[in-house]
Amino acid sequence: MEPAAALLGLLLLVPALAERATAPVRDSLREELLLSPLPSGDLAATFQFRTRWDSDLQREGVSHYRLFPKALGQLISKYSVRELHLSLTQGFWRTRSWGQPYLQAPAGAELWVWFQDSVADVNKAWKDLSNILSGIFCASLNFIDSTNTVIPTASFKPLGLANVTDHHFLRYAVLPREVVCTENLTPWKKLLPCSSKAGLAVLLKAERLFHSSYHSQAVHIRPICRDAACLSASWELRQTLTVVFDSFASGQGKKDWSLLKIFSRTLTEACPLASQSKIYVDISSKGQVGGKDTEQYVNDAQLHFSLTAESVYDLLDPGLFNASRSLNVLLKWKRPQDSLAMVAPVLHAQRYVSGYGLQTGEISTVVYNTHPYRAFPVLLLETVPWYLRLYIHTLTIITKGKENKPSYIHYQPAQDRRRPHLLEMLIQLPANSVTKITIQFERVLLKWTEYTPDPNHGFYVSPSVLSALVPSVTAMEEEDEEQSPLFASLFPSFDGSSYFVRLYTEPLLVNLPTPDFSMPYNVICLTCTVVAVCYGSFYNLLTRTFHVEEPSQGGLAKRLANVIRKLRGVPLL
Amino acid sequence: MAAPLVLVLLVAVTVRAVLYRSSLAGLISERVEVASPLNAWKRVVEGLALLDLGVSPYSGDVFHETPLVIYLFHFLIDYAELVFMITDMLTAVALYLAVQDYNKVLFKKQKLLIELDKYAPDVAELIRTPMEMHYIPLKVALFYLLNPYTVMSCIAKSTCAINNTVIAFFILATIKGSAFLSAVFLALATYQSLYPLTLFAPALLYLLQRQFIPVKMKNKDFWFYTVQYAGLYLGSLLVIICLSFFLLNSWDFIPSVYGFILSVPDLTPNVGLFWYFFAEMFEHFSLFFVCVFQINVFFYTIPLAVKLKEHPVFFMFVQLAIISIFKSYPTVGDIALYMAFLPLWSHLYRFLRNIFILSCVLIVCSVLFPVLWHLWIYAGSANSNFYYAITLTFNVGQILLISDYFYAFLQREYYLTHGLYLTRKDGTEAMLVLK
Repeated sequence: MEPAAALLGLLLLVPALAERATAPVRDSLREELLLSPLPSGDLAATFQFRTRWDSDLQREGVSHYRLFPKALGQLISKYSVRELHLSLTQGFWRTRSWGQPYLQAPAGAELWVWFQDSVADVNKAWKDLSNILSGIFCASLNFIDSTNTVIPTASFKPLGLANVTDHHFLRYAVLPREVVCTENLTPWKKLLPCSSKAGLAVLLKAERLFHSSYHSQAVHIRPICRDAACLSASWELRQTLTVVFDSFASGQGKKDWSLLKIFSRTLTEACPLASQSKIYVDISSKGQVGGKDTEQYVNDAQLHFSLTAESVYDLLDPGLFNASRSLNVLLKWKRPQDSLAMVAPVLHAQRYVSGYGLQTGEISTVVYNTHPYRAFPVLLLETVPWYLRLYIHTLTIITKGKENKPSYIHYQPAQDRRRPHLLEMLIQLPANSVTKITIQFERVLLKWTEYTPDPNHGFYVSPSVLSALVPSVTAMEEEDEEQSPLFASLFPSFDGSSYFVRLYTEPLLVNLPTPDFSMPYNVICLTCTVVAVCYGSFYNLLTRTFHVEEPSQGGLAKRLANVIRKLRGVPLL
Repeated sequence: MAAPLVLVLLVAVTVRAVLYRSSLAGLISERVEVASPLNAWKRVVEGLALLDLGVSPYSGDVFHETPLVIYLFHFLIDYAELVFMITDMLTAVALYLAVQDYNKVLFKKQKLLIELDKYAPDVAELIRTPMEMHYIPLKVALFYLLNPYTVMSCIAKSTCAINNTVIAFFILATIKGSAFLSAVFLALATYQSLYPLTLFAPALLYLLQRQFIPVKMKNKDFWFYTVQYAGLYLGSLLVIICLSFFLLNSWDFIPSVYGFILSVPDLTPNVGLFWYFFAEMFEHFSLFFVCVFQINVFFYTIPLAVKLKEHPVFFMFVQLAIISIFKSYPTVGDIALYMAFLPLWSHLYRFLRNIFILSCVLIVCSVLFPVLWHLWIYAGSANSNFYYAITLTFNVGQILLISDYFYAFLQREYYLTHGLYLTRKDGTEAMLVLK
């Protein structure tokens, strides 16, 4: 029995080995986890799973998938996708108290796709693609239609290898109302080569991940250079997941944390398919001076680290695991720490709706540049649904009490029930300034069937997007964002003096006037009655003529009355 | 005679100038009763701003004015207040002159009919005298200029005032008997707001009457004149539309102006019947009911033309009223135009059945509009039904007012030919009934 089983195993192994011998492994997986304590006492955990495949997906006939998920691969070749970026987010990244995010995403679902220039009907491809993604990720992406899709002209450039920048092949949509939960996480985890069986993905336990202040999962697919010569392209799939745990509140006022405490799991091994598997702990604590007061423990044995910005644990190093084959990273503060006032990020923004009543209102976006001496331009993208009727002539941009004229402005007004407003502006932010952008809008009364099931909850307006090349403040910043291990290569890097930042503001919730949903029949009846009153009186006047009233013989009533009168003996009528 | 008119004009200008400077101006221009999506000043400014940005004003769904209005205000944007004051004055003067001329015609006609013994012998008290007719033109101008509806429309800079001016000039040209100018102004009015198309019939009837051409199907002159007038009208309409095309070099304005008027996509509340009805309409009946409601404006024209063949100016008045009730985006400015004609029919006063109640209804509704709007939109203590109810009442009031005038007009005509004191066969006083 035993030799037979061994033989079977050998037989199964032979083709795999043969293939391995002929074609070199052309795909790789790198998994990373960055744990960064935030100035407010919270803890941000960012996972990144990077699958790279040296294959031309656009070519027909690619059928052998190893690490790259087949569902996404087929999607890319079928719809000629050049780049795909999808994020599903619950909560809002508080830039002011958490600092600049590594990769922010707007609340709800965000999808932006660059298509190949061979696509003839981009709108149809976009519609089909969003429907399929909706199925893959169990998200309401099928609600993406022309009323929430825009074509930004400048804000979203391809992040990967691209020579085409004709924005007609770009589509961008945000669904701010989307609720992200376990059913979106499970399909996302299934795309991972090790699923959640091994490696860092073991930590992704839904009940802990959604018990958090901020949860954002994303999928980024883009073509990248295969090698330094950049003669051929590889496909890169980045699956990222960012969670912010309110460890300060859950840890009874202590900022200490451990993997076991926050994920209720420990690590057992690296994903066997991964070529890199690392955990980084950011001990520099941006904006905090307490970095030196921390102690780190691995498996309860104190290790001494040099005080660099990050501590790195390589899971592929077998010496990291103890006898029980589990790894728990623990951080303890030597002294109890208060939340220290953090230094505000160089660029941050907030947005709100002002005005009262349900007739008009005003959207205000306040953009801060806290850089002490450098001015820089910021690209602002606003997508406002058609039922808030924007008046572009009321747009005002005030910086330091003076009007600030945008150097580039692209405005596409909305069409009722067809497309949203799109406003893109390039605004120069002077050093150390606050810029306030306001625009007035009118609230539209919709048809009763166009309201969401809970109309008095209000309607969401997707966040505005700020893209900027922010100059570094070496004097102020202890850590240079560009040296971050995770995202160094996602955004195109420029010279060392500035780095690219994309920020999203808060989504807005706006109330619209509502009709009375309970009385469509009454309204139809009453209005038709009024029309009938008009018709009736005009019909009478138009078709009849005046006559002198002749004494009539009397109708039935009169005759009946006379009969009764005759019986009673009173004079007849 | 000109001195009182000048005085009225001065008073009107002063009122407007004072209101423009007051804080009320901002408040009034936001009122939905005064500014509809079709003619709000805010949207004109928006259209000009879009043009400045290099975006076609018709690419969005905010601007629905005609290209000529853009070009008018492209040059006159800084003098907008002046423009609206002048248009109001022009409307009043045009109405004044038109009514003055019409009264002369009417008086001559009455004299002729008396000489021909067409009137019953005992109708002396129905015969109109030059004394009572003397102040009618002035009253018409006064009614237009100092009507709070007109004043508010002017303060809100609603382009409805421009439409009214064009229609007033059309009426003046028609009454003066100039077929060419009448056709041109009618084409302009149609171009601006589509519905004045229905005024073609009364204008034609009036011009025919002036030319002493009987309206008979077999009459060759009648057909010749009709075709001539229709040709002039369509020709000028074509010229204006082509001119608009060349101004912006696109046909985008056609769906954006006329499609918008006809398909009623914007349900912003107003004083009309459309907004709430279509907000509450079941989607697949929507098209049917849009057709049913739009047809109301055009529906009454032919029967009215038959019934009021001899009285085209009254026909015009009734048709203007019907337009302002059944147009898709009515404002109080439209109502002000037909209300200006009410003094012209002051001789019908004794036959009106419930003018007191109807005036009360209209006044109370006008006061309740802002109150219920506030309760719904700002206070949140009422809902849309309250505002809807008041628009219904307001429209019922208008409909009954017009049918009351119509009834009174027909009744007076009957009395004129049959005698005021009708008796039955048995000698008792007779009642007049519609049969």
